[in-house]
Amino acid sequence: MKIQDLLELAGRNLRESKLRNSLTTLGIGVGVASLVAMLSLGVGLQELASNRLTRSGLFDQIAVYSRPEFRGFRSGEGGDRENPNRGRDLRPLDKAARLEIEKLPNVVEVYPEIRFTSEVRFGEKSQFTYVGGLTPSAKASDAFEKMQGTFFTSPNAEEVILQTRFAKTLADKPEDLLGHDVTLRYAERQALSSGASGGGSPAKKADAAGDSGGEGFSVVRRERNVRVVGIIETEPFGGMRSFGRGGIFIPLNLAEKLAPMGSSSSVRELLRTSASATTFQTLMVRMASPTHVMAAEKAIEDMGFSTFSIMEAMRNLRRFFAVLDLFLGIFGSVALAVASLGIINTLVMSVLERRREIGIMKALGASDRDVRRLFFAEAGSMGLLGGLLGVALGWVIGKAINFGTNIYLARQEFPPEKIWSVPWWLVAGAIGFAVLVSLAAGLYPASRAAKLDPVKALRYE
Amino acid sequence: MTQNGEIAIRTEDVRRHYAMGASTIPAVDGISLEMRAGEFVALLGSSGSGKSTLLNLIAGLDRPTAGAILVQGRDLAQMDSEELARYRRHTVGMVFQSFNLIPTMTLEENVELPARFAEVDRAERKELVRASLARVGLSARVTHRPSEMSGGEQQRAALARALVNKPSILLADEPTGNLDSKTGTEILNLIRECNDALRMTVVMVTHERALAEKYAARMIFLSDGKLAGNGGPR
Ligand SMILES: Nc1ncnc2c1ncn2[C@@H]1O[C@H](COP(=O)(O)OP(=O)(O)OP(=O)(O)O)[C@@H](O)[C@H]1O
Ligand SMILES: [Mg+2]
Repeated sequence: MKIQDLLELAGRNLRESKLRNSLTTLGIGVGVASLVAMLSLGVGLQELASNRLTRSGLFDQIAVYSRPEFRGFRSGEGGDRENPNRGRDLRPLDKAARLEIEKLPNVVEVYPEIRFTSEVRFGEKSQFTYVGGLTPSAKASDAFEKMQGTFFTSPNAEEVILQTRFAKTLADKPEDLLGHDVTLRYAERQALSSGASGGGSPAKKADAAGDSGGEGFSVVRRERNVRVVGIIETEPFGGMRSFGRGGIFIPLNLAEKLAPMGSSSSVRELLRTSASATTFQTLMVRMASPTHVMAAEKAIEDMGFSTFSIMEAMRNLRRFFAVLDLFLGIFGSVALAVASLGIINTLVMSVLERRREIGIMKALGASDRDVRRLFFAEAGSMGLLGGLLGVALGWVIGKAINFGTNIYLARQEFPPEKIWSVPWWLVAGAIGFAVLVSLAAGLYPASRAAKLDPVKALRYE
Repeated sequence: MTQNGEIAIRTEDVRRHYAMGASTIPAVDGISLEMRAGEFVALLGSSGSGKSTLLNLIAGLDRPTAGAILVQGRDLAQMDSEELARYRRHTVGMVFQSFNLIPTMTLEENVELPARFAEVDRAERKELVRASLARVGLSARVTHRPSEMSGGEQQRAALARALVNKPSILLADEPTGNLDSKTGTEILNLIRECNDALRMTVVMVTHERALAEKYAARMIFLSDGKLAGNGGPR
């Protein structure tokens, strides 16, 4: 029999006992709906979490440090502990290292974490605080979403963004500061070349201890005016991206130019490296996506540095979501399995009821295969209809849950969230799965119908 | 009505035994006979003598326990189920005592069914159905369901259905058993027309010897699954 005729006959058979078949189809629909509901809840929660976390800028970050000196990493020379030169084996986190890391695949940017203390003056008032450097990419942080004023006009702009908390110490109304200049007073490290001192007034001189060459540096006091362009409520990236707190922020390029001595934390490190070659205490590496973090981390560790990433630390979270999806899927599938029993029941009943009809069809030339395919077509059609119905139903249920959740969130004074997501693959997958399950459920009834002996079926009872 | 032509159906010592627990029931027990193409044969015998069983064997609905059934030179006993289905589709048409129309289908759909199984194109199918219904005089009732028709009409519909694929053999199992004699005569006249005009081989099971004598060219008597005697041409 041709497919078209098969579907036509199946369709009219389904219409013939409308009530029973629509109840069965509804059963499949409910099964599919629960599957869709469960999975889209899982997917939605996961999307919500990962969107949040991606936007938080935490998950595509790797922090790179030079190896701590007390831990051997290349050769296990345990007896070397007292050797003061041991540190020389350590790879410095310098410009060369930065370039090398930049060349790794999927690295978006590499920038030093720069944070130093500075005095900030506005009019009569003066306060000490931490100054943080911000890359242009930091603009994506939600901290700047509701800022007063604007983000830095250019990556090198001599501009500053204040935190409200700090701004309040300078002015009663923080927004009054917008557009005005504040003065930064900070210490700058300056290389000494052939005895000539750099500009500024040297406040302190130091020879680089342990360096046989005549190289050294001086620390000079500097002042710089910067314009207040923005005021933010919270720290960018919840203060976690840079792993430290700052009261005010300037463009990273500017911060690098200032090369304040505060960017190296330990005097020892300060002394160990030559002043002209900058070393970084921490380099932040931003990857194209969190999925690339692991590989890059490994590559950087192979270069001889220590790394830290939230991604690595949050591995368990992702495992949790995988397990959650699995459980929700199994839960949803149970309903579909129950629905498939409904199909089996309906079709077996139908075979019993239509014994005579099957016998007639065989007498008229239907082959066993035709009969089997007819029952399959009926099962598959119910599956398809049930699948469509279920997806629609699941979608409505999802909308409802989303709606309810948002009412709850609103009452708790949280912004609305989309905890519900029905991606196209879930729709297609659910319908396909419903058809497959239905066909599997039709297997037994269909083969029973096909095997029916027409002579017995036609013997009038 | 003498047909001198070739043999349409030949059975060779055909048997159909039913196992009932320990015993076996020999419903058809060693029947050898020949029917010529275009012949009208009546199968007679008391109830339980094996008439329907033999007819179902010839129809390819049942398989013999032993022996051969040769139709157009091919042995039905050797065919697989797919081949048997094709044989039923194209070579034989069947009419039953209880009409056996599918109650949920209209008259037209019932008649169309064998053509669907034969994978005839839709347009051609419509034409076959129309011609077949015209032959039995039911052109006006195409959208009616079996329950809306009289017994005679239902049997005519069943005949139209049996004819739709233009088979060469018509097998009828007590086609008038559920009809009054007037309607029965109508049906038998239609069957005779198939035999005359379409040159179909007709095998008809009946209880009524008078009808058999009137319509059939030859009578075959069964008793306990065996041949009891052959009535030659009148
Ligand atoms: N499936 C079966 N299992 C067991 N015995 C059967 C079966 N089918 C038929 N028989 C037996 O085979 C014998 C022949 O049956 P069949 O139906 O061919 O008789 P018949 O000549 O057509 O009778 P009737 O005139 O009443 O229709 C009967 O005794 C019947 O009981
Ligand atoms: Mg009988």
